[in-house]
Amino acid sequence: MFSSLKEKVGQVLLPGDEFLFEAENTISLTGHVKAEKVVCGPGLRRSGDRVLVCKSGVLRHKQPNMFWVDSQQRRYVPTKGESVIGIVTVKSGDVFKVDFGGSEQASLSYLAFEGATKRNRPNVQVGDLVFAQFLIANKDMEPELVCIDSSGRANGMGVLGGGGLLFRVSLGLVRRLLAPHSEVRSDLEKLFPCELVVGMNGRLWVRSSSIQQTLIIANLLQSCDTMTAPQRQELFRRVKQGAL
Amino acid sequence: MKDTPLSNCERDFLLKAIEEKKRLDGRQTYDYRKIKITFGSDYGCCFVDLGKTRVMAQVSCELVAPKENRPNEGIMFFNIELSPMASPAFEQSRQSELSVKLNRQLERCLRNSKCIDTESLCVVSGEKVWQIRVDVHMLNHDGNLMDAASIAAITALCHFRRPDVAIQGEEVTVYSPEERDTIPLSIYHMPISVSFSFFQQGTYLLVDPCELEERVMDGLLMIAMNKHREICSIQSSGGIMLLKEQVMRCSKIASVKVSEITELISKALQNDKKARKAGGKCGYAESMPQERITALKMDETPVEMTDVSERANDVVQKAKAPPQMVPSPVVPVPGVGQVGQGLKNSWGLEEEDEEQEEEEDSSGVEQAKRATKMEEEHHVKEESRAAVVEISDSEEEEVVILHPETPDKTPKNTRPVSHQKRAEKSKKKQKK
Repeated sequence: MFSSLKEKVGQVLLPGDEFLFEAENTISLTGHVKAEKVVCGPGLRRSGDRVLVCKSGVLRHKQPNMFWVDSQQRRYVPTKGESVIGIVTVKSGDVFKVDFGGSEQASLSYLAFEGATKRNRPNVQVGDLVFAQFLIANKDMEPELVCIDSSGRANGMGVLGGGGLLFRVSLGLVRRLLAPHSEVRSDLEKLFPCELVVGMNGRLWVRSSSIQQTLIIANLLQSCDTMTAPQRQELFRRVKQGAL
Repeated sequence: MKDTPLSNCERDFLLKAIEEKKRLDGRQTYDYRKIKITFGSDYGCCFVDLGKTRVMAQVSCELVAPKENRPNEGIMFFNIELSPMASPAFEQSRQSELSVKLNRQLERCLRNSKCIDTESLCVVSGEKVWQIRVDVHMLNHDGNLMDAASIAAITALCHFRRPDVAIQGEEVTVYSPEERDTIPLSIYHMPISVSFSFFQQGTYLLVDPCELEERVMDGLLMIAMNKHREICSIQSSGGIMLLKEQVMRCSKIASVKVSEITELISKALQNDKKARKAGGKCGYAESMPQERITALKMDETPVEMTDVSERANDVVQKAKAPPQMVPSPVVPVPGVGQVGQGLKNSWGLEEEDEEQEEEEDSSGVEQAKRATKMEEEHHVKEESRAAVVEISDSEEEEVVILHPETPDKTPKNTRPVSHQKRAEKSKKKQKK
């Protein structure tokens, strides 16, 4: 049934491509008809008996019937549970407004920090960076961020300390960095010791021992976006020889 | 849409880096980003890439009545368009402060410096002059729009050619480019703007600021200069106090930069002229397709096809008898593509035994054909809307379904089809 989708796995698709799933001509009345469900991830959209492609990228597949398009987009759409790096833009009363690169600003309560109480307010200034995760991310509602997990622990979230550099990469690279056995990450680990915070919204924050090294890492990661693995390894090797 | 706010972290880091004489993209203090000049397919269309900043300039001309106080001078008109495509902070069709500032600066740089001979644009004194219009579109904003815009505008003006005109008595004839060669504008000199940004109240100076640097800077100095080291305009904004020595130093740097850029422009113009003379691909078609995504390209995996015939036999054997024989060719439902015409078929078998095979067991073969159909249905489905609906009585025509893929697709699929068709043909011969 979904062989047309499976056939294209690993190939580049463009917006406007479509897959047809027509009902077969003869339906056996005796045999048991099992309904097959397909899960369309980002980049695929159902329209009647067709599946439309609405992003350009590579079609991916996960067992049993999950399909999505792996694209190099930069626009972030919030999803519940994802952690992002945001910039505090407004401090009003008991909520902060946080820009995370989406279509709307998210709200962040001052109580949603580890150890924060009504008396003990967290020290957050306008322009600060916060690493937080989405508690509410609906299509039609203002998203809400929190800097604690379900047990009230910070778990690495909160205001990012002084120093370091914020820069933007594509969402595809972020996912590659966060993958369980990421090659980009392991290549980077060999280079310099550094602190790296990866937001799912395409923002990365890097801090290392010197400004020079921070700049090198930022530029390397930004150029990684459109490189193949051998190209990247070659570049990293050259940087290591030149910089050390 | 509002622009992304600037975080304290970025500001602090940038200032610290500038103190250490380092810039975000690894440039030196006085370095420009990479400048790339390309031309469109038409005369007077120019694209300038300054790092990630990208600007397009288009020059056009029109015959209009001159201004009353200057009856024998042509008119120059400059327009800067900040489209939301360049940056989400720019709004469509609204004159922002930035666009007014850029427009004014470009006018001062190119019109007030009298770099173009406006008197040569006069056709009939007091009645008809050429109006030269320069539209500058920002395509991507990564800082230093002014320099990119000034380079694009002057290059487009140098590249532009206006149609020839002839005056006979009262009559003015405009010749098309086919009838008479077009005429380039007469340009005396090429003013180019160079931007300097100042940090920490003028302590640090950077040439060609990128977007982040522009946001952090305290003040900006724009010097428009030509290669003869004549300053055409100078503007300081941001409200910082500059010392005389600083301005002198900036003008010295500007003269070096301007001579470099002028050389680049003349080289680009020469190359384009050569390309156009040779009649090869020039402009748009030649310059655009270089920005491709190559990282996602995948090699096609070769498919093992030794076991194809075995698998085919498997399918034939496993197949159950069909519910009924099809005595006549089937008329397919509209919208369903079909290979062959619903007749008997044999595939995966050698052509020699086809004939006996058919006589022996047509039903089994029929089933086998269905199996093949299933296998290639995913091809057919995509095309099925466009597929031809066959009427059964025209036996001579074959339904040919064009596959969306090129023939170098998986050979596994293509082979059975060709067999099928061959079988189809041989069958027809038999019938006759």
